[in-house]
This record gives sequence, C-alpha cells and structure tokens, in this order.
Amino acid sequence: MFDRRLAGNFDWTLLALVLLAAAVGIANLYSSTSSWNLSGLPIYMKQTYWLAIGFSIAITLTILSYRHLEHMAAITYIGCVSLLASVLIFGKTSMGATRWIDLGFFNLQPSEVMKVVIIIALAAYFSQHESNEGYRLKELIAPGLLLSVPVILTMKQPDLGTAMLLLFIGTTMALFAGIRRYALTILALLSSCAMTGGWFLLHGYQKDRIRTFLNPERDPLGTGYHIIQSKIAVGSGGLWGKGFMQGTQSQLSFLPERHTDFAFSVFAEEWGLLGCILLLSLYLAIVLRGIYIARKADSSFGMYLAIGVTAMIFWHIIVNLGMVIGLLPVVGVPLPLFSYGGTSIVTTMIGCGLLLNISMRRFIF
Amino acid sequence: MALNSPQPDDLSRKQRFEWLALAAIFFFSLLGIRLWSLQVIYSDQYQMLSQKNRTRYIPIAAPRGPIYDRDGLLLVDNRPAFTVSVLRQEVTDKEQLLTRLATYLNSDWHQLEADWNKHRYYPQYRPIPLKHDVDRTTVEKLSENSIDLSGILIEVQPMRAYPFHEAAAHLFGHIGAITEKELTQQRFSDYHAGDFIGKSGLEKHLEPYLRGIAGEKLVEVDVKGKKLRQHQVQPPLPGKSIFLTLDRSLQLQAEQAFGDQSGAAVVLDVNNGDILAMVSRPAFDPALFAHGISNEQWQTLVNNPDHPLQAKAISGQYPPGSTYKMVTALAALHEGVITPNDIIDCEGRTTVGNRSFRCWKKRGHGATNLKKALRESCDVWFYEVSLKLGIERMSAMARNLGLGRSYDLPLDNERPGLIPDKTWKRNRYNAPWYKGETVIAAIGQGYVLTTPLQLAVMTSTIANGGTLYQPHLIKRIEEFDGQILKQTSPHVLHDSDLNQQDLRYIKEGMEEVVNHPRGTGKSSALQDVVVAAKTGTAQVVRLKDDPVDGEEVDVEEIAYRHRDHALFVAYAPAEKPQIAVAIIVEHGQHGGSAAGPIAKQIFTHYFETQHAVQQPTENSGESDV
Repeated sequence: MFDRRLAGNFDWTLLALVLLAAAVGIANLYSSTSSWNLSGLPIYMKQTYWLAIGFSIAITLTILSYRHLEHMAAITYIGCVSLLASVLIFGKTSMGATRWIDLGFFNLQPSEVMKVVIIIALAAYFSQHESNEGYRLKELIAPGLLLSVPVILTMKQPDLGTAMLLLFIGTTMALFAGIRRYALTILALLSSCAMTGGWFLLHGYQKDRIRTFLNPERDPLGTGYHIIQSKIAVGSGGLWGKGFMQGTQSQLSFLPERHTDFAFSVFAEEWGLLGCILLLSLYLAIVLRGIYIARKADSSFGMYLAIGVTAMIFWHIIVNLGMVIGLLPVVGVPLPLFSYGGTSIVTTMIGCGLLLNISMRRFIF
Repeated sequence: MALNSPQPDDLSRKQRFEWLALAAIFFFSLLGIRLWSLQVIYSDQYQMLSQKNRTRYIPIAAPRGPIYDRDGLLLVDNRPAFTVSVLRQEVTDKEQLLTRLATYLNSDWHQLEADWNKHRYYPQYRPIPLKHDVDRTTVEKLSENSIDLSGILIEVQPMRAYPFHEAAAHLFGHIGAITEKELTQQRFSDYHAGDFIGKSGLEKHLEPYLRGIAGEKLVEVDVKGKKLRQHQVQPPLPGKSIFLTLDRSLQLQAEQAFGDQSGAAVVLDVNNGDILAMVSRPAFDPALFAHGISNEQWQTLVNNPDHPLQAKAISGQYPPGSTYKMVTALAALHEGVITPNDIIDCEGRTTVGNRSFRCWKKRGHGATNLKKALRESCDVWFYEVSLKLGIERMSAMARNLGLGRSYDLPLDNERPGLIPDKTWKRNRYNAPWYKGETVIAAIGQGYVLTTPLQLAVMTSTIANGGTLYQPHLIKRIEEFDGQILKQTSPHVLHDSDLNQQDLRYIKEGMEEVVNHPRGTGKSSALQDVVVAAKTGTAQVVRLKDDPVDGEEVDVEEIAYRHRDHALFVAYAPAEKPQIAVAIIVEHGQHGGSAAGPIAKQIFTHYFETQHAVQQPTENSGESDV
C-alpha cells in the first residue's frame, strides 16, 4: 500500500506555493475585516482553521492512491448528482438562491463538491476512451451528457458562477483530450446559439449583472456598485499600493463582499500593481505546476485528473480576478485560497491533495 | 473538411501541454495588462474617485406639525437650528478632537464624550449629535477651523419653537429625546434613538399627528467629511397642522392679566364648548425642553413652590368656595325646598347641634332672599337652605352642572375634582355624613373640590340655559397641504334639564353680583356689556373654627402661603351669553378684588375685538408667517 519512496517524491514545491498563497490570503483577510467588531472568532482565524482542515484532508488523501478514484467515479458522480437534485427540493434558501443542504454543523454546498466529482468522472471517461485523432462529435455525446446534467442542475439553483465553472472545467478537459476540427467548429456554432438563447433563460438579476457589467454607470448605486467600487479600490492602489491595512475603500466599507468575492480588491488597493504581479505570478506558478504534474503523471487517468484540477483552480482565478477588475460580470466565484469560505478552501485543498497524490506517484508504475 | 484529416487533432501530447501552459500564461497576462491599465494608466483617476466617493445616507429630520389658534394664527412652529455632529469614521484622534471642540463650543469635555458614547450604536455613517442649537458665531468659528475638526459636521435641523414662550405652555407641553425604554414600546416601533417626541401636553397626546416623516439624502462626502454632491433627496414630510379652539390674543391677554400672581383661568365659548383660553400660572417656557433641559433648569422648575409645571386649569383641585352657591341655590329651587322670595334672616351665624357656622359678615345680612344671598354672598342663607336640601340632592345638582368629572382633554393629569356624598364618605372614611358637613359643602368648602375647567363648564352650562357641552381644545387637524383630517363639532354631553324660571333667578342674582351697588363683584362691571358673575374665596388653612369669607380678617397678619384663594366665575353678555370664564388667583384673598379684574380684562379684550359683533370667522389654514 503505502510506499516509503512516496515520501521522497513528495511535491514540496506545490505545497509551498499553495501554503504561501493561503498565508497571503489570510493576512489580507486580517486587513479587510479588521474594522469589524464581531463577537466570536475573527474571520481570519476561521479561515486559518478551515485551511488546517483542508490541509489535513489533502495530506490524508495522499496516503491512498488516486487510482482508486477511477473505480469510484461512477458512484460518486451518481451520488453527487442526486445531492444536487435534492438541493433543489430540500435545500436551504438564502438570498434568493437554494444552494445549501443543512447538515446541522455545516452547510453543505453540493455544487462545490460537484466540481471535483465531474473532474473525476470526465478523467475516468477520457482515460478509458482515448482517441489519438481527436474525438468525433458522437464520441462527445457521453461526456457532454455527464457535464450538462450537473451544469443544468446548478443553473437551476440558480448559481450561474458555478455552472459556468463546471462548463469551463469540462470544456478544458475535452479540448485537452482533443476534438476533431469539424466537431469543434460545430460545437462552437452550437454554443454561440445556446448563449444567445440562454440570455432569455437567465434570471432578472443575472441579466442585470451582465447589463451592468457592460455599462456599470447604468446603476451606480445598485448592481453596478460592486464593480465601480472594486475598480476604484484596485485602481487607487496604484503601483505601490496604499499599504497594509491602509486601504480606504476597504477599511471604510465601500467595498462590498470584501472578505469573500472581492478579497483581491482589498489586496490590490493595499499592495498595488507590484503586489498584484507577485500574487499573479504565484497563482500562475501553481497552475503551471499543475500542468507539469499532469505531464509527469504515471497514468492517463492521473493526467486527466491533474488537468481537471488545474483547470478548476485556473478558472476560479481567471473568473474571480476578471470580475473584480471589471473584465467579467459579477458572478460570485471565490478566489481560491484568498476568499473567505470553508467550502471554497476545502475544495481547493482537496484539489491540491489530488495533485500532490498524482505528483508523488509519478515514478511508481 | 475531410473527415479523417490528420491535422491539429493529432497534436502530440507534449504540444498539448505546451498549448495549455501558453493559454494559462496568456490569460494571466490579460489580467496583468488590465491591472496595469487600472493601477498605472488610470490610477490617478481612481485615486481621485476613492478620495471623493464616500457616499452616505443621512436622515433629514422632519419638522413637527405647527400649532395654530382658531383663526390660523401661529402658536407653535419650528425654526432652523444648528447642530454640531461628529462622523466617527472620519475621526483619527477622538481625544484631541473633543478637546478642540470643547474649547470652541465652550462645553464640558466629559459631557461631549458622554453624548458621543451614548450614541455609539449608531451606524458608522450616521453623524452623532454632540451639541444642539449652536449660535451663529460659534458656527462661523467652527467653519473657519474645519481643517482641525475633521469629522465634525454642522447640520441644520428644525427645532421646536414657541414664539409666545410661557403662554399656554401647559397646553403645548414639551418634547424631549426618546428614551431607551420608550424605544422598546410598540407605539414607538418606527422611531430611532435621538428622535424627539412629545413628553407632555398636546405635544404628547397629538404625537402621531405632530410627528412628520423623516426624509433621507444620499450624499457624497470627501475624505474630510465635507459634502460634495447630493445624489438623491427624499424630502421630509412635516407633521400635521393642529388648529386649536384657542383665541391667541385672548390667551395672551389672560396670561398677561395675571401679572406675577399664580392661578389659573379658563375661558369657554358657552354655545359650543370651545376652550378659548386656558391659563395656568406661573408657567414655563417649553423651548427649554426643545433640545434637552439642563438638570439645573429642571431643578429650578421642580422646586418652585408655585408649581410652574402644573397645569392648574385642569389639574389644580380647589374648594370652589362661594362660586358653588349657584349649585346649592339651583338644587334648592329645583327640589322646591325654597322659593326665590322666601326670606331667611341672617344674624351672622347658623347653629347646627353644638356647632356654630358664621356668615362672612359678622353683623349678618338681615332679611335675605335668593337674589340678595347670591349678590352679597350671604352664607347663612345657604346654610339654612342646605339643611333642608341635604348633601345628596346638592351633589346631584353639582354633577348635573358638570362638576366632579373629567373631560378627557388631550392633556396630562386632568383631575376629576370631588363632589362628596354619603356613599363616598362611607367608602373613604368609613364614617357617617354629618349635617355640619352639608352646611359647609353648601358654600363650596369642606370636601368639595373643583378644577377651574369644571367651574368654567358649570358657569357655561348656567349661561347657555342648561346644555352641558364637551369642552374641547382641538378645532381641526389638517394635512400639511391643507387637507382636513379631523374636525371637531360641538358635542352635547347632556341636557341639565333645568327649569328655565329657576335658572332666571340664579342668573339675575349673578347679574346683581356685578351690577348692584352692594354686589361682591361690582368692580368687574363693564360699560357696554352686562356681566354676570359670582365671587368666591377658598380656604387654604382653617384660621378659625368656622369658615370665613375673609373680609374681616387682618390679611397682613396672614402669611402669603396661608392666604385664601380668590375665585371668580362669570359669563357675558348677560342677556345673550357668549363666553364664560372661571378664574382662580392662588392666595389672592378676595374673589371680587383679586380674580374679578382678570375676568374684566378678558371680557374687555374679547368684546373689543371682532368677536363682540360676530362669531369668529373661519380662517382655513392660513398662518401669519
């Protein structure tokens, strides 16, 4: 079972990068919530505890080979899809969306778990149906279905951000697996039609967000407020930043959601472009390390799994940052290791655990 | 496209990884470029925006509804006042700021800090008021030094103003900051800490009408808290306008007529129950309370032996003295125990059992009939009559004329007075009723207690021929745009069912009080208008064994606080009555000489104004401002 050689192959680089990013994130949370007078544990301490929990899970996961997951792909997929469906029926409603299942001690958000589960399912599928010349259209029907069921269920909640991420992760994996050019063209056409049609299926507030994204000044105190305030925070940070805990936008509460989705705005305001470039480099390094791990993976399943996990982290970063600096609409996607939230940090750490798992078994055949 | 073209699909695995890494780098570069654009190219612009864009919702206090008199003349309104407030999030050094502020405002540092802490639960963007009603010079000083006073705001707020100061103060009552306890009450559920509410009088009882709806403004403030731009304004809605039945000039005249004397006066329109004037002296200036009274000022008011906070017109309970004699006389005629022309010989005293009850005139009035008894206030006549009448029938008439009850005016502490009978005495003292008590009740002494309002109602009921009108104070309530919400019409409580012939004898007696050479109230006679009245003296301390009307006691020897109260009730014109007055001058000694002149001034003023020739004209909602 557990091979002592595994310890020698442990990917300290990835672990260091991830823990560094998480540490910067916690310091940033300390700053953004310093003016809060909440009773109980401060936010940054909670985040630290969540990180510790996530870290423990990740390390524990490395003991068992990721390869077992391949056999569990079907059952976890079915289980998680059922959970998603049950959320729609029994879930807890908060702020107009039904996303959680109350487990008493913890609010489980199945759509988050789905991100990891879909990666395992697709990795299993692609590794079992390898095609050297790229997939034909009809070969993509099965993975397409695997992907669309959770995507549609998530959109139903409605959670556009997570649905979009599931779609991005799946698409990235499929593109990596290879698609024939004609199939790609047809899919591109189909998806642009779907996007046009999808507009009419969006909820009012979602349409508002997109309209406001296109023109934030349309409603400066309503839905555009987040984007405007975030851009002001980021822009006013300048090259050098206002200094740790000195951001006026964040410290004076102009920034909404500054400990969750807009945590990066606080960082950008206080650390400036220099800090941002360093942080971006750190994230890029994690992503590139993920790709490297995929490349060195000892099995096809491991490779796809690593690609999927990396894609998950990558798209979270891109969508969140794109959102806070006004390149993408506000969709409520957290920045991994940076935004406050137990589910997000645990999911990210499970992903990292998988990467570590794949990485340390690369020389063992 | 050929189906089995071996082209890009055939990318070797290595190439795919490279593409993936390049794609990742590409996306990150996009983010980097965007960040560069925001944080370098447009940074100045965003820095400016961040400096300037501090948006706040600031509540705008709504002015309380104004109070007008019956003709729409202003009695109570609001004036703009400067309030110095602090916006905490703009403050870096609280101690230093308070020290500077204490100097500029000439206030106590600890007091300022206490006010600051009192409102610490306000949301951060909400300014905390530190000092109300700051004068213009101080405001200028503060503005000049605004650099040193970062976080300090000067706001203009409506402040309750009572342009006639003490006049009708007890009617208006006062306002004050809502307390934490009141905030928890259901009826204040939509109030906030720092709001002012009516604490007494009309301000309290008409609170739901007087209170306006606060507005709200969204303002942009810069780093220093200076207002830059106003986004939206939801203007405040002023409270409702209250039109009282008071006649402003009559009220002022009546207040003035008292001079330094304490006491109370009520003037009623006999034909509908409108309260035209209601005076309680001494009074207080309600403006003292408009932004919180100091403890010192409060102590002064509370410790004043003349009770300036008491609304004596409705809550002062006094023995009615001889003004009660109409009750005894009417009851006697009504019950047929005596006829108007029956003669009773007054020898200066009546003996009941082993007790002797004196007439105020020691030598006695001699042969006395009803009219003479009223005119000269012969006590013996009433003693004798009361012995035939008994307390029950006498008290029934008192209640019939409107005594011994309250009228539920929208004011505080309206007292019911006391009209005694056997049941009451048994319940109260567990003792039987004695004849001697009937005798002194006949001249309004002993247990009998009345308020000036009740005496005015009684006089008014006699004057109008026996109709007991509900006295009222509020004529109508209007929305600020003039729409009428509520209007009061005359309300008859009951018909006293008096024999008009009996009533005529009483009224003739009352006319002679003023217009007969031997009348006790002849000093109140007017030239053009015939006044009918009754004087009275209410004992404060029993000087001798028996009741006296005072005239033959050496007043100089009696300490002021022990002197009798002077009473005077009257109506005019005698032939077709319009108004009735009841006046009490505390420790004024003689009704005729102390209270009578006040009534005279009231009548003179009333009949010299347009009210003499016609009924008051309806003046819909116009004010004199």
